[in-house]
Amino acid sequence: MSVSDHIKISFPARAENEGFARTAAAAFISKADPRVDELADIRTAVSEAVTNAVVHAYRETDGLISMTIKLTEYREVIIHIRDKGCGIEDIEKAMTPLYTTAENEERSGLGFSVMESFMDKVSVKSEAGKGTCVCMRKKLSAGTDAEG
Amino acid sequence: MFGLSFEDGKLMVHLCEEIDHHSVSSMRSRIDLEIKQNVPSEVILDFGDVSFMDSSGIGLIMGRCRIMNEIGGVVKIKDASEQIRKIFRLSGIDRITKEY
Repeated sequence: MSVSDHIKISFPARAENEGFARTAAAAFISKADPRVDELADIRTAVSEAVTNAVVHAYRETDGLISMTIKLTEYREVIIHIRDKGCGIEDIEKAMTPLYTTAENEERSGLGFSVMESFMDKVSVKSEAGKGTCVCMRKKLSAGTDAEG
Repeated sequence: MFGLSFEDGKLMVHLCEEIDHHSVSSMRSRIDLEIKQNVPSEVILDFGDVSFMDSSGIGLIMGRCRIMNEIGGVVKIKDASEQIRKIFRLSGIDRITKEY
C-alpha cells in the first residue's frame, strides 16, 4: 500500500467536536474528488465512531480522540479513530445492531451498523481500561476525470 | 434553523441542519415540552433542511414515536433526503413511521 497523503488530528472528546471531526475528514477526502454519496457515507461513519468515543469511551471524563486518515494511490480511504477511554469488554456484543449501554439517552445502538453499512470494512481493537481503535476502509470509485 | 409550529392539532417540527449526538439533546427537550403542553395527534418531523444525520437521529425519532404511541398519536416524516433514508432503512424506522 502506498500512501499518497495523510492527516492526523487530535481533539478533546466533546460532543461539539463531532461536527468538526466529520467536516475535517470530508475536507481532506474531497481532494480525491469522491462521489457525493461516498463523501456523505464517510462523514456519517466518522460521526458514529467519534460519537462512540465521546459517549462511551470517555463517559464523565476528559480525554483526547485522535483521527488519522490515509488516502492511498489506489483511492482507498483508511481512517483510524482512537481513544484512551474505558475500552470495550465484549466487542462482538458492542457491534450487535440495536445493542446500547446508553438506552436512557436514546442512543439507538446502530453506530457500528451504520459504520459497517457505509464503509467497506470496519475493524475494532479494544482493551478494557486502555482504549479503543476503530479502523474503517472505503475504496472510492474512479475519479470524475477517469469517468470522462 | 430549528423551529416548532402547532396547527390543527398537529405539531410541525422543522429540524436543524445537522442532526448528531450534540444537536439532538436540545431538539428533544423542546419537542417533548411541546408534546406535553399541546398533546398533538401528529408530530411531523420536517427533514427538508437537514443536510446531515447520523444514528442519533434514529434515537430522536424512536423516542418521539414511543411518546406519541403512549398518547395515541403518530409521527410522520417529511422531505428526507436519500442519504437520510439509507439510515431509516438500516434501522427499520421506515416501517413504523408514515410519510407526511
